Amino acid sequence: MTEAEALKEYLLRLADSDMILGQRLCELCGKAPALEEEMALMNVALDLVGQARNWYEYAAELIDDGRDADKLAFRRDAHNYRNLLLTEQPNEGYAVTMGRQFFFDVWHYFTLKSLAGSSDERIAGIAAKALKEATYHLRRSSEWVKRLGDGTDESHQHMQDAVDILWRFTGELITPDDTDRVMAEAGIGPDPDQLAKDWRGMVNEVLTQATLTPGAEDAWMYMGGKHGEHTEHLGFILAEMQFLQRAYPDATTW
Amino acid sequence: MPQHGDTDSRSAVDILIASDRVPANARPDLLTEDDIWALLEEVKDPEVPAVSVVELGIIRAVRWDGKELCIDVTPTYSGCPATELIEELITEAMRAAGFRDPKINQVLTPAWTTDWITDEGKEKLRAFGIAPPEGSSSKMSLLGEPEVIACPHCGSKDTERVSEFGSTACKALYRCRECLEPFDYFKCI
Repeated sequence: MTEAEALKEYLLRLADSDMILGQRLCELCGKAPALEEEMALMNVALDLVGQARNWYEYAAELIDDGRDADKLAFRRDAHNYRNLLLTEQPNEGYAVTMGRQFFFDVWHYFTLKSLAGSSDERIAGIAAKALKEATYHLRRSSEWVKRLGDGTDESHQHMQDAVDILWRFTGELITPDDTDRVMAEAGIGPDPDQLAKDWRGMVNEVLTQATLTPGAEDAWMYMGGKHGEHTEHLGFILAEMQFLQRAYPDATTW
Repeated sequence: MPQHGDTDSRSAVDILIASDRVPANARPDLLTEDDIWALLEEVKDPEVPAVSVVELGIIRAVRWDGKELCIDVTPTYSGCPATELIEELITEAMRAAGFRDPKINQVLTPAWTTDWITDEGKEKLRAFGIAPPEGSSSKMSLLGEPEVIACPHCGSKDTERVSEFGSTACKALYRCRECLEPFDYFKCI
């Protein structure tokens, strides 16, 4: 794989993960457990969709086949999506929603922190901006994990169940493949070993404070999102998200 | 209920059409960089109309690319939905001053920080009922304790955070324990 090919692939992964998690969070608009939580979730989603757009725009320029950011987001099928499997998991209760956010935010925070020093200036600029937002997201989601985990017996059980349900999707966050390695060697993407170490370190620290037990490091992990092999959930997300653009392609006025 | 043909709606249409026209007496070639900055002072943030885009610190440069006016703008947040509207408002203001084709250049680096909100801008935010950002963004720690935020209504420091996020991405929601009023806090980033 050439560096140029890896870069396009890597940008789509960043964009797709932001986009799909943003879309997932937006499903809670009008349905969140409290008004303040709804505002927070929608704002996090807005940040993620904004970041996705920045990554898509750069990806579109490099892919250079006439597709723009909107076409990349709204005209690709599930097998062409490169998002992490974690981001497409459904909102099954608030503990799962916040647990998913927490695992993602830790990965996002350390990834962006590294990308802010990327040898690719465009990536460094987008990441430096996104990092400020992701820092805020991580502060909030880790507080929720601690509050629920170290709360009542019932909230603790919900949060522990959420960790157990989601754990199988976390391996993908810190297991590099060829694309990740090519990006790291080029000084564009994060060093995979450091990323894994940082992710485990912070996750363990927060879960310990939250009196929660993490899954086993050698647990069996679902992989494949980065290569277009998704869980059944992604198709449903895309069906809803892409409906308008598929039904009325190239419409300029909604 | 306003009807078609009302004076109000007609004048609104006139204004709309007029804004698309370059005024006949406009002489953009005579405008200096300072004049442009003064014009930009009149362009308000559509979501926080108390402050101008200059006071908000999102105008990064005013320059000429050959003969064309070019304004560098940086978004506050990656997903700020006001970004495009702000760019349109700036374009409109420049057209009204006689520039036929002003260029708006979006810059992401360096990333916007609330440190760039001017002191005057911060005072205007407070007067508008929004607590301005406290402290410096560079000193913020990841999991650090939030600063003490004074109530913009009564000045009391006995306030509590209701939500990390408020009505827009750039704000958080607070409540004053003294005067019991809720208020927005412009987050420090």
